[in-house]
Formats: sequence, structure tokens, C-alpha cells
Amino acid sequence: MRSVEPWVVAPLEGFLGESSARLVLIMTSAGQVIAQHGFTRALDVMSAAALGAGIMASAQELARVITWPAFTTVVHQGTRQGHFLARFETPRGVMIGLVVFGSETSLGLVQLFFNQLVLDLKHAAPAEKQPPQVLPADFEKELNASLRTLFGR
Amino acid sequence: MSNHQKALEALTAIHGVRGAMIATGDDGIVVAEAVMEDVDGGALAALASSLSHRLEAAAAAAGGGRPGFLHLQATAGALLVCPAGPGLLLVVIAERGVNVGRARLEMARVAEIIT
Repeated sequence: MRSVEPWVVAPLEGFLGESSARLVLIMTSAGQVIAQHGFTRALDVMSAAALGAGIMASAQELARVITWPAFTTVVHQGTRQGHFLARFETPRGVMIGLVVFGSETSLGLVQLFFNQLVLDLKHAAPAEKQPPQVLPADFEKELNASLRTLFGR
Repeated sequence: MSNHQKALEALTAIHGVRGAMIATGDDGIVVAEAVMEDVDGGALAALASSLSHRLEAAAAAAGGGRPGFLHLQATAGALLVCPAGPGLLLVVIAERGVNVGRARLEMARVAEIIT
């Protein structure tokens, strides 16, 4: 498991231990990766983050159009694995969790322990701070630093 | 009131039963529930389903076939689980002094109705 935010590590480790999830991605609502577990390629994690954020944005917009309260959870249940995608709020802003799980666990368990993860992240999150402005010249450096942290290389 | 809900009411009428629910066996999701306010239905469904799965695997490994009834006795109460039709579980939580025999008979009847 790798994280660019140290306060995410302990809650996420607890979740991984309890839920038996195969892959986990914690990201901002814009698709910026905060932490990941199980992904081995940078390309996969960036694609999954972008798609996850896109799915949640579409679900939010759908809820707005039909004047329903915002959807918070989307589940794709396949024959060999399931995808659980949920939006939640923390003192550091809105975040999205993507969990890929197989037959060694169940949607109920993933949901149960994900709710606990959200509570733990809310407690662990430091108060919101203004992110430093990333200048175009620094963008690539920032991106590479985040990828190094997430993939250890 | 749905048929599932009516069936569960018959179980919660038994003295000592604190809650009854129908959950999906594979996913551990609540289908219908009649549980006391202090009981987390979602957690109960998820954990009972997981326990049932593991015991099923253990029973299969031991050559015992599929379990027909699960009775977990704890110090403060009991968890009773039985299959209730394709892909569903009937879950009951009860206090320590519950008449397990009666609860079990009623669960068999309710499971048959659901099926």
C-alpha cells in the first residue's frame, strides 16, 4: 500500500486487513490519487482514478437532473469480481474510494468496513489547508514525485 | 407490509428474539429486516453471510455437504442462520435465554414461505 498523504495510511491498512479487498484507490473528486493498494502500473492507477472520478461525477449529475439527493455509492457486480465506488467527505474535502473485491469477501463486508474507513479518515484528516499553487514549470516535477511515492520508484 | 416483512414479524414475536432478517447469501446485503434499533442490520447481514460462507467451505472440506442450520452461541446471546431459498439467508439474533428449538422451527417455516 502506498500513499502520498501519511494520515491515510493507518485507516487504509485497517480497511485492507478487514475487507480482503484486492485493489483500493483513494482519490480526490478531481481524480488526483491520494493512496493506492494493489496496482502495479502507474498507467492503470491513473486510468482507474480518472474513470472512477468520471463515474461519480456522472452519477452526481444524474441525481441533480432527476432532483434526487446525490448518489454516494455505485456498485458494479461482476461474475469474478465487484467494483465498489463511493464518495465521502473529509476535513480535507470530498474524496472517492474505489475498491475492487473478489469472491474471498462480499459486497456487504466491503461496505461495512468502508463505512468504518470513512469514519477513521475523518478522524485522522488534518484540517483543510490551501494546496500550494502548482506552476506549469513545476507540474511535471510534482506529478513525478507523486508517482514515485505511489509506486516506490 | 411485504410478505418478507410479515414472515419476519412471526420470528420477532418469539420471546428473546432481538431481530430477524433476510440477507443475500453471496453479497451479505439486507433484503428485509425487523431488528431492534440498537442492532446494525447492515453489519449483521454482512458478518452473518461471511460466517455462513466460511462454515460452508469448512463443512465441504470435511465432506459434510452444505450446512442446513447454523447456531452460534455466545455469552450474551445467539446467532441463528439458515438458507432461505436460492441465494438468500434467514438470520436471527436472540438473547441468551431464547427457546432455540421454537426459533428454529419458526425459521424453517419462514424459510419455506420465502422459498
